[in-house]
Amino acid sequence: MDSEWVIDAQGLEKSYGSGASRFDALKGVSVQIAPGESVAIVGKSGSGKSTLMHLLALLDEPDTGTLQVAGKDAKSLSKRAVNELRNKEFGFVFQQFFLTPNVSVLDNVILPLKIAGMGGKERRRRGMEVLEQLELADKAGNKATTLSGGQKQRVVIGRALVNAPRVIFADEPTGNLDTATGAVVEDILFELNRNQGITLVIVTHDEELAARCDRQIYIRDGLIVSSIMPTHHAGAHALTTSGGAE
Amino acid sequence: MRTKDLVATAISNTFRSKLRTTLTVLAIFVGAFTLTLTNAVGAGVSQYVDAQVGALGSPDVFIITQASDAASTGDGPVKYDGTSSSVSSQQGPPGTTTKALTAADLTKIGDTAGIVSVDPIRSVQPDYVEYDSGTPYEFSINATSAVTTADLTAGAQLDGGASEAQLVLPDTYVTPLGFSSADEAVGASVSIGITDILGAKHTVNAKVVGVSLESLLASGAGANDALIAELADAQSGGIETAVTSYGVAVAHFDTALNADGITALKADLQSDGYTASTIEDQLGAVQTVINGIVGVLNAFAVIALIAAAFGIINTLLMSVQERTREIGLMKAMGMSGGKVYTLFSLEAIVIGFLGSAIGAGVAIGLGSALSAVLSRGLLSGLPGLNILLFEPTSVAFVIGLVMLIAFLSGTLPAQRAAKQNPIESLRYE
Repeated sequence: MDSEWVIDAQGLEKSYGSGASRFDALKGVSVQIAPGESVAIVGKSGSGKSTLMHLLALLDEPDTGTLQVAGKDAKSLSKRAVNELRNKEFGFVFQQFFLTPNVSVLDNVILPLKIAGMGGKERRRRGMEVLEQLELADKAGNKATTLSGGQKQRVVIGRALVNAPRVIFADEPTGNLDTATGAVVEDILFELNRNQGITLVIVTHDEELAARCDRQIYIRDGLIVSSIMPTHHAGAHALTTSGGAE
Repeated sequence: MRTKDLVATAISNTFRSKLRTTLTVLAIFVGAFTLTLTNAVGAGVSQYVDAQVGALGSPDVFIITQASDAASTGDGPVKYDGTSSSVSSQQGPPGTTTKALTAADLTKIGDTAGIVSVDPIRSVQPDYVEYDSGTPYEFSINATSAVTTADLTAGAQLDGGASEAQLVLPDTYVTPLGFSSADEAVGASVSIGITDILGAKHTVNAKVVGVSLESLLASGAGANDALIAELADAQSGGIETAVTSYGVAVAHFDTALNADGITALKADLQSDGYTASTIEDQLGAVQTVINGIVGVLNAFAVIALIAAAFGIINTLLMSVQERTREIGLMKAMGMSGGKVYTLFSLEAIVIGFLGSAIGAGVAIGLGSALSAVLSRGLLSGLPGLNILLFEPTSVAFVIGLVMLIAFLSGTLPAQRAAKQNPIESLRYE
């Protein structure tokens, strides 16, 4: 059963600092994310939602709890294997764009492929393919700093997409955008989810964005408050508590 | 990430902050420039000294004198003994007197195993030289020229075994004597005037076989054994003055001897009461001084480079700070700490290479021009001296050294970048 889950987390705990300044970001969270679904992790700032995403994306290690990715225990993976997993299977979209200034749009998009060690020609081909898909092909040679906010976020999505990942982790993907451009970016993400079967894990405090996902995981003070099952399952607003939730 | 991509990324990152990179490169430039120049001075002067060593004598030659009697200073005057004592000579170094070598001494030295031949140095004092009854010029002959290799500009070396009287003329005499060029002087017959001990004047003819550059360490014209013998005979005025003592003798030793063999041979001669020294021994002091001066100059250049190294550290630390989020992103995307380390180390090396290559290039350009000007002006009195000699290996060494220093300076910032936690870096504002 484990291998059918893309990501299976059990009893994750994570705290920062020590002594009086100790802060428990997660107090025992269990989450399963199936392939092809779109999941929103919803909560206020400081709720631990970003920490959860970082753990799920193997950017950080939990203090306790287990995390399995495609049937493999994350703890048993070598550093190298974790790096390769993030490089090949995961894509990242952050609230801040984290585009390298003074470098062309294309070069920004192909950064993961460069890190993967792919050859120059193949890199360019895949990069241009993604840019065409995102209708940014004409901007390929432009410096990233010359783009508008919406264009920038599209470049970021292109960068997350270029390595053909299984999962895209998006941390407040529309947080820096106005409503109209935000909606465009959302459409792109859900289209990828629908058409290419890419799993979406979106961290947000935006209820509207969360509502567009198959499933919402509400998190407060480091605990899952409620996990709402897909709305399109008739009347199945099933409320499940999990982990250490009360 | 492929090595090629790492290098390309490092180079493009270096130029991202142009002003900062330029200033750091300038600091390295100063160090590399200085180091290249001081090395060139060292090489230039060494080459000149080597040429002078050739002018002083062949490598298989000992200059032999009587060992100075050190005991005499402590124990008072030594009793005269007609069989062992010999006359004093004035040919010792200033402030000392050296006991002379007698014919018996020469035989004894010649009999020492390893010595091939021994010849006393006979000094002759000619008065002048003239060509074709032109203006006579004052003239001197280097007593050891028979065993030396002259720094020739035309003609050939002296032939020690020839029976004809041969002369190597210093090139400063060429024009005054009436020759249009050094080549024209070769083959000409000149007259040497000499006064004998009774005051009578004689002239001796000699053939010019070569023209030499004036040497710093051995002055005067060169004469072969035949010419020296002829001049010595003229000088003695036909009277056998029974000059059986000589200040200095020149001994050829077996060329097959290695350094240890030479040392052993010196020890043998020492135990017989003679001081033997090779040309290298005599020049050792000069070379030590030159090496010392070059060493001090190099030390200053290295100090400049160390200061520049702190500049590199500072530049890269700022760069790491500025690019915290970029580093975080690259690590989030699966770039290993090792690759991040390599990337920043490469940036340091690129900065080092830029500074050193430009520094060395400018040093070679300016130095060559300066060297040309100096050898025509200030240093024209030292013909053959190329004050700045740029050797490809030493220039490559300087560039390599600076790149190594840059790499070492880059380790601290690179380590800091490699250790960054991707999440913290991404949160960094």
